[in-house]
Amino acid sequence: MATPIIEFKHVEKYYGTYHALRDINLTIDSGQVVSIIGPSGSGKSTLIRTINGLEPINSGKLIVNGFDLADKKTDLNKIRKDVGMVFQHFNLYDNHTVLENITLAPKIVLKRPDKENKERAMDLLKRVGLENRANMYPAQLSGGQKQRVAIARSLAMDPKVILFDEPTSALDPEMIQDVLDVMRYVADQGITMVVVTHEMGFAREVGDRLIFFDQGQVLEDEKPEEFFDHPQSERARQFLSKVITEKLGG
Amino acid sequence: MAKILVDNWPQFIHGFWNTVWCSLIALFFSLLLGVIFALMEVAPSKLASAIAHIYIEIFRNIPLLVITMIFYLVVPRSGIKMSGFAAGTIGLALYSSAFIAETVRAGINSVGKGQMEGARSNGMTYNQAMRYVILPQALKIVIPPLGNQFVNLIKNSSVLAFVAGFDLMYEADTIAFSSLETINTYIIVGVFYLILTLPLSYYMRYLEKRLA
Repeated sequence: MATPIIEFKHVEKYYGTYHALRDINLTIDSGQVVSIIGPSGSGKSTLIRTINGLEPINSGKLIVNGFDLADKKTDLNKIRKDVGMVFQHFNLYDNHTVLENITLAPKIVLKRPDKENKERAMDLLKRVGLENRANMYPAQLSGGQKQRVAIARSLAMDPKVILFDEPTSALDPEMIQDVLDVMRYVADQGITMVVVTHEMGFAREVGDRLIFFDQGQVLEDEKPEEFFDHPQSERARQFLSKVITEKLGG
Repeated sequence: MAKILVDNWPQFIHGFWNTVWCSLIALFFSLLLGVIFALMEVAPSKLASAIAHIYIEIFRNIPLLVITMIFYLVVPRSGIKMSGFAAGTIGLALYSSAFIAETVRAGINSVGKGQMEGARSNGMTYNQAMRYVILPQALKIVIPPLGNQFVNLIKNSSVLAFVAGFDLMYEADTIAFSSLETINTYIIVGVFYLILTLPLSYYMRYLEKRLA
């Protein structure tokens, strides 16, 4: 049975006078893979950054894993233990090796014993195909490798949800597939995924659900096939035709 | 010049070691205070940030000699007894800590925002992120400018001469006054300061190259 893990109810968000999120109502079930697409500047990133409290909301209700993010008394660290995040620019810890990047938070946040922690990290590195990079520093890796380490770092916390904020947008084209493969693996683990992406292939093949976002609003929310084959809104049709032309042109 | 050096060797050495001691003690406390106030200044708490800001602006913008005189002449009136050495060292530590705080703060700010976001999203508290991710990177960045602060600190320790701190400069004044060999005495003292500061300068330049 589907249990909701993320619930937005009438969520509003402003940057000064700029209205970034307008009356967001969304329920994401545990284990769902949700892709969020839309033009840049539409508020997609803001939307997922509210889920782990990187961006506070101004009004409405946002329940994540049983915690209310609108409540100032909520301990954000408790939410973040179960909600990982993967960034466009990786944000690996530059002063730590690949292995330490993965073991640091489990060690100091979860107090996981060293031996178990290291074994788990090496296991994850094997999963993402980087076990021979364990002792390197992030600066020595390619973008695609960094992003796979970042995903492994998130997985090491055994999260229920991982948020992906344009995980492949900063990568060279030939690096993207490796990262998408790792994301598919994450989806297979039953982890709830919210993915802001421009990868229409991923959205279509791996996603359970597709949200088209524009001007701070959810314009469409349906099965990916339906969206790609029969977009409802004019904005979505325009967006899709642009994206597809770009792909063909590029 | 050699005669001056030989005749007054015990005083020179006494002054030299007092300068070394004063510098080491002031270095330790100014670094400690500097890092603490830098952390307070960048802290999310507006109150902590304001306190640090006031502290830094006060000690950065009052001449070292004035701060030292306050500890030597004003503070003892409230019943706290203090030698010239202590007053000078405290003044030097507070004065230098304000500059070190500004340097460290700049270092912390130069670490990308993504590092903090990555760590917080990974479940770490603000303090954990600071301790394990941000501060180690910031300190590495500020090693060269900190080195310059340390060289300044050693040179500024000559302020002890004004409050009878028996440092190198104080001894030099005494020797120059009694022997009337003013020029030679101060040249010798300059060389003593160079013995302390030059190796530090070169070591910092080496570190700067290695870290770059």
